[in-house]
Amino acid sequence: MGVKGHEKREVTALTKIDKDLLNDFYKTMVKIRFFEENIEKYFLAGEIPGFVHLYIGEEAVATGVCANLTRDDYIQSTHRGHGHTIAKGADVNRMMAEIFGKKTGHCKGKGGSMHIADFSVGMLGANGVVGGGYTLATGAALAIKMQKKDNVAVVFFGDGASNRGTFHEAANMAAAWKLPVIFVCENNEWASTTPYKTTTSVADIADRAVGYGMPGVIVDGNDVFAVYDAAKEAVERARQGGGPTLLEAKTYRIKGHFVGDPEMYRTREEVQERFDKNDPIKRFEKRVMDENLMSRNELDQIKEQVKKSIEEAVEYAKNSPYPDPEELFDDLYV
Amino acid sequence: MREITFSQATLEAMDEEMSRDERVFVMGEDIARQGGIFGQFKGLPEKFGYDRVKDTPITETAIIGAAVGAALAGMRPVADMHFADFMGVCMDEIFNQMAKIRYMFGGQTTVPVVVRAPDGLVNQAAAQHSQSIEAWFLHIPGLKVVTPSNPADAKGLLKSAIRDDNPVIYFENKVLFKQKGPVPEGEHLVPIGKANVVQEGKDVTIVSYSIMLHTAFKAAEILEKDGIRAEVIDLRTISPIDKDTILESVAKTKRLAVGHEAVKIGGVGAEIAAIVAEEGLDYLDAPILRFGAPYTPVPFSPPLEKAYMIRPEDIAEGIRKMF
Repeated sequence: MGVKGHEKREVTALTKIDKDLLNDFYKTMVKIRFFEENIEKYFLAGEIPGFVHLYIGEEAVATGVCANLTRDDYIQSTHRGHGHTIAKGADVNRMMAEIFGKKTGHCKGKGGSMHIADFSVGMLGANGVVGGGYTLATGAALAIKMQKKDNVAVVFFGDGASNRGTFHEAANMAAAWKLPVIFVCENNEWASTTPYKTTTSVADIADRAVGYGMPGVIVDGNDVFAVYDAAKEAVERARQGGGPTLLEAKTYRIKGHFVGDPEMYRTREEVQERFDKNDPIKRFEKRVMDENLMSRNELDQIKEQVKKSIEEAVEYAKNSPYPDPEELFDDLYV
Repeated sequence: MREITFSQATLEAMDEEMSRDERVFVMGEDIARQGGIFGQFKGLPEKFGYDRVKDTPITETAIIGAAVGAALAGMRPVADMHFADFMGVCMDEIFNQMAKIRYMFGGQTTVPVVVRAPDGLVNQAAAQHSQSIEAWFLHIPGLKVVTPSNPADAKGLLKSAIRDDNPVIYFENKVLFKQKGPVPEGEHLVPIGKANVVQEGKDVTIVSYSIMLHTAFKAAEILEKDGIRAEVIDLRTISPIDKDTILESVAKTKRLAVGHEAVKIGGVGAEIAAIVAEEGLDYLDAPILRFGAPYTPVPFSPPLEKAYMIRPEDIAEGIRKMF
């Protein structure tokens, strides 16, 4: 039994969701999926340098949360940040180019997968340091409050990162000052190779909200409608000056911690079983078709269109030049 | 020119910069209601309000992290660290976030944060409240680090730091806070990255900064009696180091002594000695002298603390041996 203080969210009523939003949900989720599949493919082919962490299976979280945000809202992301970046509206050509290490990337090839950012859409950066984003989002929210705007700052983090002290320090500051921050925990059950239950004092991360005097909400992270709904409430509360929320999205990491992870800590079968049962994209498809909101044909059309755009992004990245060695010192200082 | 204290000079800089740019605000522990441990924030909340002069929770981590986040969202924060020693608590926010964000994101943003860090020995504050840790930050590309030695520079460097679009760490020595000196009224900017030749000389170059500059001066006075005329350089900024001024001086004097209150090993003096060895070895007529604290934590008991401190006589003695 968890500590009293959080509530569990069930699936929202679909009647409230309009068609454009449905299309957006699907488009964003499949965009992330295709993007990640291509990253995996080209990483394994040796065309992508560094290392990469995939968001496959967790698409509904970024999609449902970011559907509530405008361009002027901010997000802070993680080492597993491609999904958040796409959902916030970053250009996928430049994302792909960045991950390929090319000059045309969002960060001119200086950041790569773990340090990707697109400030033009309010994506303030992935973070190579687990738990590095909380205080930055809190500061962005402080700026919003001082500037008397009604924007919000969202920080995504994992179950593993919830054990960092930075979580406590940022959550306390955000709550004490009633800052417009939404702490979105993507509980994918794995902190790298360690099951979160073996290292974490509570079964539900949302319980920790009680300690900061903020609402803690648990939501099915593989149900984009439920995520959207729960995030909407948190975002609206923050916009109205009601302060932060801790939103825990229960999901599951389908791929290894990084591409190339031998995954000695779990079997392929258990992962496949979870994916077959709970793929957020398949669940979306089933639901919208069952309720006659979208047809197979409509879904396929979107899928084809998105697939093509990702293939184009790969071409763009491949055809882009690498940075010149002379660019080494660029952007170190203003 | 009117004389005010180092502390008042920093207050004046804050007041002027907060008046000219509403994006500037300051936060830290005990700065608003207390006015800062050294009185360096007194009166600011009454003038600018408790939102722009913010008392924070005790969390160096969130203070720096939030300052960085606020900078990314268009503000120009000044973050106070209470004691420089506490920067250990927020090193990730300083060196992985603040220092790297502009570079690793390809110049998409600026990070105009000033971190104010009172440092140095004072009143037997001992191991965790007395350190001079500026050398750590010299080793981190992306940061600028300034170390004023007098009230006028305290004002001019703080104003420049606040206007700089890069993150700047501003080390202010705790003993110097009370020191009085002439400070220009109104606009007074001291450029970051430019050392100051405070005394011209021909026989030896002494390079120092912050409080140790005063000790170096006393050493120069002792040497003067021996007929040795030292050129004294106040670095003012330790990152980036103004190596041209140092090399130019050493080319003239043929001798270099360099030091600081911080631990000698791995200190700023080591970097300067290396620069001169690399780029000015031929100028030298004697080995380089480095002075700095012994390789121990700062001890508590007065006789031990005294033994830990660099004395002008020690510097003078070392320099005499160069001849």
